[in-house]
Amino acid sequence: MKELEYPFDAEAILKKKKSLKRELLEAGEGRFIEKKIAILGGQTTQNIKLMLELFLLNQGIKPSFYETEFNQYYEAGAFPNPELEAFAPDVVYVCTCIRNITAFPSLADGEETVSQMRNAVIDRFAGMWQYIAEHYHCTIIQNNFEYPYFRLMGNKEATDIHGRVNFVTTVNSAFAEYARTHENFYICDVNYISASYGLEKWADPFYWHMYKYAVAVPAIPYLSFNVANIIKSVYGKNKKVLNLDLDNTLWGGIVGDDGAENIEIGQETSMAQAYSEFQEYLRLHKQLGVLLTINSKNEEENALSGLARPDSVLKKDDFVCIKANWEPKSMNLQATAQELNLLPESFVFVDDNPAERAIIEGQLPGVAIPEIERVEHYVNVLDKSGFFETTSVSKDDLKRTEMYQENAKRNQLMASFADYDEYLRSLEMKAEIQAFAPMYLSRIAQLTNKSNQFNLTTKRYSQAEIEEAAVDPERITLYGKLGDRFGDNGVVSVVIGRIDGERKDELHIELWLMSCRVLKRNMEFAMMDVFAEKALERGIRKIFGYYYPTAKNAMVKEFYGHQGFSKVKEDDDGNAIWEFDLDENYQNKQTVIAVNEGPSEA
Amino acid sequence: MTREEVYERLNQVVREVLDDEDIELHDETVADDVEGWDSFEHINIIVAVEEEFGFKFPMGKTIKMKNVGEMVDLILESGK
Repeated sequence: MKELEYPFDAEAILKKKKSLKRELLEAGEGRFIEKKIAILGGQTTQNIKLMLELFLLNQGIKPSFYETEFNQYYEAGAFPNPELEAFAPDVVYVCTCIRNITAFPSLADGEETVSQMRNAVIDRFAGMWQYIAEHYHCTIIQNNFEYPYFRLMGNKEATDIHGRVNFVTTVNSAFAEYARTHENFYICDVNYISASYGLEKWADPFYWHMYKYAVAVPAIPYLSFNVANIIKSVYGKNKKVLNLDLDNTLWGGIVGDDGAENIEIGQETSMAQAYSEFQEYLRLHKQLGVLLTINSKNEEENALSGLARPDSVLKKDDFVCIKANWEPKSMNLQATAQELNLLPESFVFVDDNPAERAIIEGQLPGVAIPEIERVEHYVNVLDKSGFFETTSVSKDDLKRTEMYQENAKRNQLMASFADYDEYLRSLEMKAEIQAFAPMYLSRIAQLTNKSNQFNLTTKRYSQAEIEEAAVDPERITLYGKLGDRFGDNGVVSVVIGRIDGERKDELHIELWLMSCRVLKRNMEFAMMDVFAEKALERGIRKIFGYYYPTAKNAMVKEFYGHQGFSKVKEDDDGNAIWEFDLDENYQNKQTVIAVNEGPSEA
Repeated sequence: MTREEVYERLNQVVREVLDDEDIELHDETVADDVEGWDSFEHINIIVAVEEEFGFKFPMGKTIKMKNVGEMVDLILESGK
């Protein structure tokens, strides 16, 4: 919804929150994932909650809330709390503020005392986080502290150990250290968000003294937007692809008219510098695993001549797909999505032309379309939108562009074979298929939240739940890594089976997913072979597979049929149960992948 | 700005915040008379009114407002 996308009108959102909520609920009906969010407040949190609800609904997440009384965050979070236990939160958001720091150093305090005071704050919070992690096994989001709104000593506050500015800085740094060393724990960087908004307005004491809001009410949408971005990122709703226009987006001018030598890029003029800075900002996204693609109305030759300029920051090889032609951009975007095996809703379409943006908006709902206007502000709009809010960085992310380029080479190779099996054998594929191993848990959790198309049950798992599954004796877990002569695809498939509570020779497949980047490589059969082997070892005689249809997973409707299961039940909505009788005569289904033959990394 | 003009805009703001098209405010109206005008929504009404009329309520006067009429007085005062 446009109203909730950056740059938004915060006051309008606050004013219209009720009608916006109604519209969001109607528009998204039946397509929400539901999450339980506990807000532990060190200030009034009512509006923070209502704004968070809107931004989450806009991301397809329908939240239910538990909210503490004013300033009861510590009592609610650090001690036994039957109410919170019954609520069983997926996310605990600790919404504290600088006013929750009750003791600051005075100038008379010695270094030792100051250090003790700092540790007292840190230990109090860390104790609460540990309690929450142990008892609720959920994601934790913690505000760090905004700067104080007054500076007794002026600039010296930043450097003197007695200064409140210095005190907040060191406490924030300890919070960050905790986040670095603990899984499922994220900092909401209030310190940055308040600076970006303007601390003087953010910390307006009017709102504290009147209503116990430490955040000025008009600033609350910015806070909640950031919290919502962290949550949607945890649940795999980040964008994956930047789909970029060229003329007046990546460089100034029209390359087809002006010629590559006359477009604005490089360091010669202010405009050229601004476009170069924007290109550099885009290039940085590659390390997050974001794919860069081009969608331009141009002759391809002209498009490439612009990128071939020596002072162009982005080069042809930085892009995994280049569409420079005269087709409608909506068709180009769709074709790009198909080639990458991704959905259009994973795309951010960046184009300076409002008419092109309107076409995409009308044709391809779900594509993010930031309203960029002036090149000097392009970075700001993209950056604050939070499309790529990062909650975990896996090794895969760093080399995703390479992986897609390897795929292009595979496709070329495929064209040279008449027989598909022959092509598959020529890839020299090697798979590692094993029970969940510690080093892959974060990637496995990430996959369960990101995979939509090749996903039989679309069950989402937090990392904590994946950790539990890994050690649960009643479950059989598998991850699959696939590599070939062109490169390593990393972990691409996950299966979790649960042994029946009563009939110990029956197994229920609660999750089966695969990344679309390895479609049609027979990896799903390799997974089945190992799964069957592990199940036999556990004395399993019957396997039940489940297919729950969503808007996106039609491609696996008949998956279990292809695996040799028979359908035993299907309801009107298409929810189906399949079964497979297992015995020692199980025949391996695939012969083109060498499974578990190489040295294991685990 | 006349008192009537203030009321026209004020009604619209409060209707939007409380999502109720039927709200009609008068000098004597107090929060309790209006369904949904609780202490949580009060701050949102204050913020929305400030935005609508382009001024900030001083805290000292805000806490003494007894009814809508006094709010309108403050709005008119701010426009001087």
